Amino acid sequence: MKEVVILSGKGGTGKTSIVASFAVLARDKVLADCDVDAADLHLLLQPTTRRNEEFWSGQVAFIDKEKCTQCGLCQDVCRFGAIKDYSVDEVSCEGCGLCPRVCPAGAIVMQPCMAGYWFVSDTRHGPLVHARLGIAQENSGKLVTLVRVNARRVVEEQGLDCIVSDGPPGIGCPAVASLTGADLALLVTEPTLSGIHDLERVLGLCRYFDIPAMVCINKCDLNGDNSRRIEGYCRDQGIEVAARVPFDNVVTEAIVRGLPVVEYSSNKVTQEIENLWQRTRAKLGTK
Amino acid sequence: MIVSVASGKGGTGKTLVATSLALSLANRHPAQLLDCDVEEPNDHIFLNLTVSQSWPVCVAVPEIDEIKCTSCGMCSEVCAYNAIAVIKQKVLVFPELCHGCGACSYLCPESAITEGGREIGVVEMGTSGRLELVQGRLLIGELMAPPIIREVKRHINPTSHVIIDVSPGTSCPVVESISGSDFCLLVTEPTPFGLNDLSLAVEVVRKLRIPCGVIINRVGVGDEKVEGYCKEQGIPILLKIPLDRKIATLYSKGIPLVEGMPEWRPVFLELFGEIGRVASVGATR
Repeated sequence: MKEVVILSGKGGTGKTSIVASFAVLARDKVLADCDVDAADLHLLLQPTTRRNEEFWSGQVAFIDKEKCTQCGLCQDVCRFGAIKDYSVDEVSCEGCGLCPRVCPAGAIVMQPCMAGYWFVSDTRHGPLVHARLGIAQENSGKLVTLVRVNARRVVEEQGLDCIVSDGPPGIGCPAVASLTGADLALLVTEPTLSGIHDLERVLGLCRYFDIPAMVCINKCDLNGDNSRRIEGYCRDQGIEVAARVPFDNVVTEAIVRGLPVVEYSSNKVTQEIENLWQRTRAKLGTK
Repeated sequence: MIVSVASGKGGTGKTLVATSLALSLANRHPAQLLDCDVEEPNDHIFLNLTVSQSWPVCVAVPEIDEIKCTSCGMCSEVCAYNAIAVIKQKVLVFPELCHGCGACSYLCPESAITEGGREIGVVEMGTSGRLELVQGRLLIGELMAPPIIREVKRHINPTSHVIIDVSPGTSCPVVESISGSDFCLLVTEPTPFGLNDLSLAVEVVRKLRIPCGVIINRVGVGDEKVEGYCKEQGIPILLKIPLDRKIATLYSKGIPLVEGMPEWRPVFLELFGEIGRVASVGATR
């Protein structure tokens, strides 16, 4: 079983559009949406939910006003500024559990947190494992890991071949949780100085975790100089540029219609994405 | 006034808006731009920056005095993050998991735990013309953005107008960045992705009770559902930026919009004025 995760560093480079197109092109795969706090892949795949599970993670302190003697010790020890006026701010509380242990009146309890949901769904292009993190929750990577673990389960149960994961932007906890242990990282970049800067950092992350990487330059004709710069950088780094997808409003048109672009039309963009899938498949060693 | 610029969805134009607003304001009033997208800070790309100060951001890491330690296991029991394990009389610390809550050192019956520091990133201050920038950057391989964001925000200049550039998403780094703002600008695009993520971002700002307004970027290709959503939710649409190859090209070259197309300066100044008016009315619903 192989897993490719699509990352970018910079947001908005086209990861989800590309993964949705891979959903059409790839056989015997499970899709995983690891962008758990802003998941969009389902908008192009119209999933039917088969399994809907609560994600319980962490805890939040609660002060019982009747028992509280207002000694203020909890406020003194809280490192997160989560207790003010003898009341816990749920958003700031990081659930460390220190305050109930110091409270002389036994007035504080820790309550477990229902922090979101995860789903196993069917789509017309195969199974999709996805999630929705609760609003303002800590994105500790745990929910991302749950998505990946369950994607693995579906691969085993259904005798499938690989996982294609839509990753989050950034290089922090959720990106790391979606990357570690993957067989390949496909880095989708754009020819802007911001895109290049962020590509360098996410490639650094792949190197840090020893994950092979490959690059796709999306919207490549937006700035020829920057595209050439990315090519040069990749050459210096020994990284393959697997595709150069031109900018085209057809990608947005497809999104508006709720379709992966390769399902919606046939043109240079879709041809290049098809090439990209062939390169990815070959590099991954999958069907 | 502190105005944060967030979105939910990545790539909608937060940095474009934040830098445009900050640069336009800086000519009229002391202004500060805080780059709180510490995983991928980009504001500096658009500014001719002179960095004047730079310092590491450290987080706590438990240090065990093995002479005092009796391997009682209390530290491991109290740690909510599985950052400490006691195996066969040996205490193992997993520093990346530590949240720095202090529970282990506070509760160790032998006072065998002290807290050392561990570097996870850097904060830099600098100026670009009359604009002051404070930016944070997470070290590659580190997991936690919020401590760096907190450190950036400690340098808010209360006599300046402050613009905060926020990372994409809706979870803890965004909450950390937006908290305490007087107003939150939500930048979106007129597509189903834009709408989906905007609605999540709106829930975040409502939970934090911060008034908000929307900027719709790249108007031209897409649909009208974002506009419909804003009207239905009573959220003011404060600006629409067209899909424009020239704007995209300037962005790709790292040229601020208000420098490449100066006709946008008064637009962003007017936007700031409008934010002041809406913010004084308070949070919607």
